[in-house]
Amino acid sequence: MTVHTAPTGAPADQAKSAELSFIGALRANMRDYGLLLALILIMLFFQYFTAGVLFKPVNLTNIILQNSYIIVMALGMLLVIVAGHIDLSVGSVSGFVGALAAMLMVGWKFPPELAFLANPIVAGAICLVVGAAIGAAQGYIIAYHRVPAFIVTLAGMLIFKGLSLAILAGKSVGPFPAEFQLLSAGFIPDVIGPTTLPWLAENGQNVVLHTTTMVIAILAVVGSVFFSIRTRARRRARGYDVEPFSLFVVKNLVIAVLVLFFAYMLASYRGLPNVLVVMGVLIAGFVFLTKRMTFGRRIYALGGNLKAAALSGVKTERTTFYIFAIMGALAALAGMIYAARLNSATPKAGQGLELDVIAAVFIGGASALGGVGQVAGAVIGAFIMGVMNNGMSIMGVNIDWQQMIKGVVLLAAVFFDLYNKNRSA
Amino acid sequence: MSKTILEMRNITKTFPGVKALSDVNLDVREGEIHAICGENGAGKSTLMKVLSGVYPHGSYEGQIVYKGEEQHFRSIRDSEHKGIVIIHQELALVPLLSIAENIFLGNEQAKNGVIDWDETRDGARKLLSMVGLTEDPDTLVTNIGLGKQQLVEIAKALSKQVQLLILDEPTASLSEKDSQALLDLLLEFKKQGITSIIISHKLNEISRIADRVTVIRDGRTIETMDTNDITEDRIITSMVGRSLEDRYPGREPKIGDVVLEVKNWSVYHPQHRDRQVIKNIDISLRKGEVVGIAGLMGSGRTEFAMSLFGKSYGQKISGDVFKNGQRIDTSSVDKAIANGIAYATEDRKHYGLNLIDHIKHNITIANLTGIARWGVIDDLAELDVANDYRKKTNIRSSSVYQVVGNLSGGNQQKVVLSKWLYANPEVLILDEPTRGIDVGAKYEIYTIINQLAAQGKAILVISSEMPELLGITDRLYVMNEGRIVGEMPTSEASQEKIMRSIVRAEGKAS
Ligand SMILES: Nc1ncnc2c1ncn2[C@@H]1O[C@H](COP(=O)(O)OP(=O)(O)OP(=O)(O)O)[C@@H](O)[C@H]1O
Ligand SMILES: [Mg+2]
Repeated sequence: MTVHTAPTGAPADQAKSAELSFIGALRANMRDYGLLLALILIMLFFQYFTAGVLFKPVNLTNIILQNSYIIVMALGMLLVIVAGHIDLSVGSVSGFVGALAAMLMVGWKFPPELAFLANPIVAGAICLVVGAAIGAAQGYIIAYHRVPAFIVTLAGMLIFKGLSLAILAGKSVGPFPAEFQLLSAGFIPDVIGPTTLPWLAENGQNVVLHTTTMVIAILAVVGSVFFSIRTRARRRARGYDVEPFSLFVVKNLVIAVLVLFFAYMLASYRGLPNVLVVMGVLIAGFVFLTKRMTFGRRIYALGGNLKAAALSGVKTERTTFYIFAIMGALAALAGMIYAARLNSATPKAGQGLELDVIAAVFIGGASALGGVGQVAGAVIGAFIMGVMNNGMSIMGVNIDWQQMIKGVVLLAAVFFDLYNKNRSA
Repeated sequence: MSKTILEMRNITKTFPGVKALSDVNLDVREGEIHAICGENGAGKSTLMKVLSGVYPHGSYEGQIVYKGEEQHFRSIRDSEHKGIVIIHQELALVPLLSIAENIFLGNEQAKNGVIDWDETRDGARKLLSMVGLTEDPDTLVTNIGLGKQQLVEIAKALSKQVQLLILDEPTASLSEKDSQALLDLLLEFKKQGITSIIISHKLNEISRIADRVTVIRDGRTIETMDTNDITEDRIITSMVGRSLEDRYPGREPKIGDVVLEVKNWSVYHPQHRDRQVIKNIDISLRKGEVVGIAGLMGSGRTEFAMSLFGKSYGQKISGDVFKNGQRIDTSSVDKAIANGIAYATEDRKHYGLNLIDHIKHNITIANLTGIARWGVIDDLAELDVANDYRKKTNIRSSSVYQVVGNLSGGNQQKVVLSKWLYANPEVLILDEPTRGIDVGAKYEIYTIINQLAAQGKAILVISSEMPELLGITDRLYVMNEGRIVGEMPTSEASQEKIMRSIVRAEGKAS
């Protein structure tokens, strides 16, 4: 005997209703699209007020180079914040690792049998390991000894600020070997060879495209469309809800157009920067980690309710420990990108970066209480900050105003987010 | 007949994707105890939140007339000003503040912003004595049991000059004795002219104290019964739309060998190193057997279960656990799970659920390896699992993507159960598995327990509802003050016999 009476609208079957409405689906994803929309609007705004400088190929390339280290760290910070922690040390750690890289490759004179340590690849690997070890050490104290992350990483911030001063002996060290500079200053080689588009000539100058960049972009778009079609088909085959076809097409189309447009911009300058390749791989990896891997799922679980996660068998301590180790490695990578970009390590490098990184993650919709946040949001958040920095600099806005405006944007973004959430609750 | 104090007319409340209430009517007479009954997710809590201003005027349709005037409450404060106080299903005390501080929270006994502590303590003591508590007002709330916390909530309500007291499942987490005390308290309040609205799934309590009962089903008012018409059967019929012949499904127990044996289990209090909470417990469970642990609130049943499940409670834990004759390691939750033990908590909000995440993720979290390979989750497999369990346990929601925090209390409980069913343990410990669950759903849960037993699993049920233990178990342990003080086959057990072993043990101890 079953005694339940099906409520109106029989929920059991509702899950398998054919298609959600276009508007409903759009509204359901408003948060994600809203952020992207905000970025596009901000870009258009600056495009207008910088008299078209913002979208110049060289400037777009610059925006990417200028923000790469923020984005790299924002990926790790997202995990940290979703887990309900914070890491204030990342700026100093990145500065310290940049200094270490400089000392390994340039500053220290190794005896011949140790000379391999100065090799950029070896030095780079050492730096990553050191960064991960620093993160792991902080993570160990946070996870296993339950000292609040705020305090541990505040201490870390001071310690590594001091340490980078110490190993650089207060001086700037550089320049780096050419191979190392490639990390930030290099572009992928055009193995296919340039394409000239004479019909797009401007002021008598032909547009010359970096063909390899375009080919990679086209492959990426085709691949992504292929995967979303496949996913949609699979869901359908199992009888699950899929978004309406119209929305599906529009979404894919918009993404394809955006990607191709930016690729075209990059290709008409010097092509795909190496660091964008690194970033792209990392972003894809972190999206996968957070959305599809058990490790990622456990981070959300423990950030959402630590005790419930622990009682569900999540090894909360170990997970926290790994998160900080990953954060450390990313801070190290960011530190090297930063140093390579400046082509020298300075005692002040990295200072204050943690605030930009944290702001990016919060603008991207993560919750300070933990359990909520998306990689895509953090990346877009970082670009929102980056485009504002860039645009305001081009417009010649004073640095004091820049700071204030960024502060207001951070506040407004989080406020708007909470307002939206409360309204829908 | 006394006059109407409250009338709610044609209340309609929609959440995105769910119409929680449609055209609900409720009228409550001055000085009565009015009960609201209905299945999980019927909309009872929502109706009370509308009444008390948790959902502000404008976020619902319909009218609220209180004491002859139409009210537009915009927050809880507004309704409290008029003497309407709600005690929510999930308690809202601040755990690290003292009882006195909690009672006067937001209503501090202060002059010019300076708290008068003597006044606060005296006031608290007076209010506590009105609800029958003798606790020191300085005790931190976290250090008193759920039953007492409930009474503190009521004391808090009293401090606000309450005229209409709303209690949302106040006895769900109380022992029989505490429940009786609370109900007596309500009857006492009634004499003083306080009107109460009580939501409860415990129909025996309702038929005992309620003057009238309103039944809600699927967000609609079904009927309001007068005193003379109130019987449990009548309420059930009205709630579920048909009659329910049996409260407990029948079963042919097929009991096999011993699966789990716990020997000489001792646990000390997590903060007080010398206070032994669990004292040398020996228990065993057989395949296909449903075993209950009876005992009073605070007898250490939850503490025992949690210490067993990955040392999740206490310190200096000693004793051995054997599964199928082999010693097993249960020193961490993941090891306990890997060894086929699961524990479904009594406190779903704090220990059971990630309230900000949706149903799907909550169901799979304890067994991610079941839907993942090489650490990569198979989305669709996960969706299948979630939908499957949603159907099996009949969780009422718009889809598996509904955020768990938005589910009704009973449906949250079903999510906790689903999680552990999916983890597929050999030994399942259920701590108050039907807390806050309606009669129909209880029957469904008992059916699930029976099915699990039929599959050869061993089930240990901790429950404060003795009829439930007597109705579904094969064997009973009785626990008191951290000791097993009795063991009996359920066929030979009765409430009196259980109470007798507890009393006898207390006699011996003193
Ligand atoms: N904030 C919300 N967002 C979306 N849906 C909600 C929200 N709050 C409640 N609901 C839905 O409204 C319905 C009624 O919920 P309510 O909590 O009133 O049930 P209830 O009768 O109190 O049940 P229970 O006996 O289980 O406590 C449920 O289907 C629930 O999922
Ligand atoms: Mg409820």
